Amino acid sequence: MFDRFHKYASPPYFHAFARRLSPWLFGLSAVLFVVGLVGGLVLAPADYQQGDSFRIIYIHVPSAWLSMFVYMVMASAGAVGLIWKVKMGDIIARACAPLGASFTFLALATGSLWGKPMWGTWWVWDARLTSELILLFLYLGYLALQSAIEDRRAAARAGAVLAIVGVVNIPIIHYSVEWWSTLHQGPTVTKFDTPSIATSMLIPLLAMTLAFKTLFAAVLLVRTRCEILEFEQHTTWVRELTLGAESR
Amino acid sequence: MKSLQEFLAMGGYAAYVWSSYALAAVVLAWNVVQALRREKQVLRTLAARARNRKDAT
Repeated sequence: MFDRFHKYASPPYFHAFARRLSPWLFGLSAVLFVVGLVGGLVLAPADYQQGDSFRIIYIHVPSAWLSMFVYMVMASAGAVGLIWKVKMGDIIARACAPLGASFTFLALATGSLWGKPMWGTWWVWDARLTSELILLFLYLGYLALQSAIEDRRAAARAGAVLAIVGVVNIPIIHYSVEWWSTLHQGPTVTKFDTPSIATSMLIPLLAMTLAFKTLFAAVLLVRTRCEILEFEQHTTWVRELTLGAESR
Repeated sequence: MKSLQEFLAMGGYAAYVWSSYALAAVVLAWNVVQALRREKQVLRTLAARARNRKDAT
């Protein structure tokens, strides 16, 4: 089993695997976006309380979920790199950070655009919004660390420690709407009993969530390929690959 | 079926709804374009470096 893990986790193998998989993910994501956008903007009825403004949910919720999901991927990959010295762990963690930061930004910005008509304010310092803002700072801190430390191995180690410590923020974001009284509405979908959302509104939400996720995976693979090439630039296989790519 | 005007008006929330979708489109497209462009650039730089090495030896 460990032999197989080492094979998949070896940079040349992963590079080839990422190159084969990413076009499929881009395609799948495009299809899901069409389904989600038509379903969410055209087919789903307006909300009886929030009118058409609720349609922001199809951007806001997938990016908010993804902002936490990407963080967990980044921290887990960082931990694998830190503890078991698996190079692919370091590489994937580094490739995650800019993506995670952009989804967090999108969640905050669309939340603001939703909050203005619904709550009458762009921003409040309540638990959900503040903890999500801290998530953005964690990503930015990670990115700053990566560009500040010249040596890639050292940068990966420092980044992994920061990412792992920052995991404490993830349950805080998730449970903030239950632990503290907040302006942010409670969970609609991720409750243990049946979700309190109509099917015609839920299906586009699931489609958009999957569309965001597959797009994240596709871009992550592209970024990972870049990182692999830079990490491994002095190896023979990268030299042959880059020369081969040029002559084609 | 709603008219196109009605659809674009988003029940009076047009500014908020459409700016959210536009922002998402920009951020997602930027992610994709930037990653693909970077890959091309990395491949080109490393190929140049590998060629120099080959010429030197």
